[in-house]
Amino acid sequence: MDYTYTLFIPLVPLFVFLILGLLGHKMPPIVAGLIGTLGLGLSAVLSYFTAMNYFWTSHVPETAYTSIKGFEVEWLHLTEKLTIHLGVLIDPISVMMLVVITTVSLMVHIYSIGYMKGDPGFYRFFSFLSLFSFSMLGLVLATNIFQMYIFWELVGVSSFLLIGFYYEKPSAVAASKKAFIVTRFADLGFLIGILMLSFNTGTFDFQTLTDPHGPAIAQAGGVAFMGMSVLTWSLIFIFVGGAGKSAMFPFHIWLPDAMEGPTPVSALIHAATMVVAGVYLVARLFPVFALGAPDALHVVAWIGGFSSIFAAVIACTQTDIKRVLAFSTMSQIGYMMLALGVSGYGGEEGLGFMASNFHLFTHAMFKALLFLGAGAVIHAVHSNEIGDMGNLRKYLPITHITFLIACLTIAGIPPFSGFFSKDEILAAAFRDNKLLFAIEYIVAGLTAFYMFRLYYGIFWGKKTHYHHTPHEAPKVMTIPLLILAFGSVFAGFLPFHNLVTSDGKSFESHIDWMIAIPSVLIGVLGIAIATVMYKSETAIPDKMAQSFKHLYKWASRKFYMDEVYLFVTRKIIFRYISMPIAWFDRHIVDGTMNGIAGITQYAAYSIKGLQSGKLQQYAFVFVSGTVILVLIFVYLV
Amino acid sequence: MIQNIPLSYFLVISTSMFFIGIYGFLTRRNLITMLMSVELILNSVNINFVVFNKYLFPQHLQGHFFMLIVIAVAASEAAVAIAIIINIYRNFKSIDVENVDEMKF
Repeated sequence: MDYTYTLFIPLVPLFVFLILGLLGHKMPPIVAGLIGTLGLGLSAVLSYFTAMNYFWTSHVPETAYTSIKGFEVEWLHLTEKLTIHLGVLIDPISVMMLVVITTVSLMVHIYSIGYMKGDPGFYRFFSFLSLFSFSMLGLVLATNIFQMYIFWELVGVSSFLLIGFYYEKPSAVAASKKAFIVTRFADLGFLIGILMLSFNTGTFDFQTLTDPHGPAIAQAGGVAFMGMSVLTWSLIFIFVGGAGKSAMFPFHIWLPDAMEGPTPVSALIHAATMVVAGVYLVARLFPVFALGAPDALHVVAWIGGFSSIFAAVIACTQTDIKRVLAFSTMSQIGYMMLALGVSGYGGEEGLGFMASNFHLFTHAMFKALLFLGAGAVIHAVHSNEIGDMGNLRKYLPITHITFLIACLTIAGIPPFSGFFSKDEILAAAFRDNKLLFAIEYIVAGLTAFYMFRLYYGIFWGKKTHYHHTPHEAPKVMTIPLLILAFGSVFAGFLPFHNLVTSDGKSFESHIDWMIAIPSVLIGVLGIAIATVMYKSETAIPDKMAQSFKHLYKWASRKFYMDEVYLFVTRKIIFRYISMPIAWFDRHIVDGTMNGIAGITQYAAYSIKGLQSGKLQQYAFVFVSGTVILVLIFVYLV
Repeated sequence: MIQNIPLSYFLVISTSMFFIGIYGFLTRRNLITMLMSVELILNSVNINFVVFNKYLFPQHLQGHFFMLIVIAVAASEAAVAIAIIINIYRNFKSIDVENVDEMKF
């Protein structure tokens, strides 16, 4: 099967971006919106076609899925050994990501036609969405780690542009800068990791790197630094980049602030696609992690596990609905990272790998749904605060139903998709590490609790008097909600253990009721507690906050991580590193240059009197000069 | 007849004219007088041309021709200079060289 056509999946959004970016201001807004949506629709159709082809039509049953290079060109020929290629890599995880990205992106495009209606930056919004889609598709299709890095930075730029979309708002500008700087800082680790890895293995290519008999894994042995091999260190550095993009602790601080962007952007970039790029990166290099550097994989598991419980606790105390969802995203990505971290390579051992990708898939559906639902709510009440909402279920029936479905899905209630993927993750964690399993088990309960706290706070709860009656969103916004709700309900029945596995071979997987039943029970318990506390206005939440005063205060202030960062940057880095460097730059580097200029200027001022404008003075100097020369030549030479 | 006058007499005359011209150029403040001084310098050169031609290479005529060229150039130079002086007068209401010192740093 020839996969060259997959090249058009990222290229169509690129062309749409160029057309909208250059000519968008001349178009009526609806035309710009339709061009963006149709372009993305074309990519989506191509992606579905590719997925059908790869997984079913052209796949010989009972064989392993192989990775195929659909297209590749040499982009930079630096030396004989060092060349950088650009291309398209087709394998189970990239095809799965194509489906996720184009589906969510298409839904967000359709939704945005309604949500962004009347915004003066309408065409700009759609051109940025197309740029983002192009970058993200290029990232997942990358054939080598360098190409991935290029698109990795491109998604960072488009995320920056979209968070700062309302650039008149100082908070949005600050948030976009924060997101860019924090992820850029983490990307430094990624770059170091790439350099170390490719220097040792002599290749950027994913197929060569992840080959179980290839140079990367063969050279894994040997202790280099602090008891770990070069390969382990390089993978840890690469994971730092992934942690930055995926908002893992301690690089998570940008994600809550990124909610300053328009809500569809939060749904697309900061919930469903870009933030899972870190998971995708680890999954892409998974054979190297699993076979070559198990230590690095432990780091991944623990960071993921810690981030998930850390974010879940904070999410219980936030009052801005988008921030609750942001911390929920961080918590769920922690789940995915943990699943990768506890996984082994090949067959049943690779359960965690499968579970991680499965959860990535279902999470993209239900989290995009949650964000788009939150967008519909914000559209109706013009506020992000839970306190301004309540009792909305009568006014927003469709949003209410879809939001409830998404909440049940994320809480892991069968038969919704979240149940299946979360169960696989818990099973994988249980097999590998009981402590991590316990953490995730608690997080499952917390997730159910804070999601239903949010649900009751928005749709039930106190009677709120609105200035004007909230109204249901237009059809162009509710239809994507219904489609995503459909995905959230039924995505769990996809046979992921046959499709996306660590070594491409399918394996038998069944629901482990010993784990599934307790996890459903704790989910139900979480929902029950939330129902008691928040369904109607009671004094219990305040009493709880009083009795756990310190914990509540710490969690609601996000464990003071922002303050810690400010302290480290302002008081330590700025004062002891940046300021001496700035002093050196201003006084030594600039001083040298200013000194040269100053001397020249001083010399010029001191001799400028010679040019007096007095004709006879010039003539006198000229004549006396001539006389002196004559005397010299006559008497001295 | 002219052969009876020694060469040095002519040279003394021309040298005196030359330095009188230089002196006038450097000391006079009136632009017209300075122009006249320049004419003196040019004419002292002309005398040298003619005399050296006559005494050293009697069979050639280059010195004479060159003298004619200098006279022609001096005439046109005088025309241009007087035009400039008239314009200076219009602008400064004076032809004193001390006043014309605008062209500086």
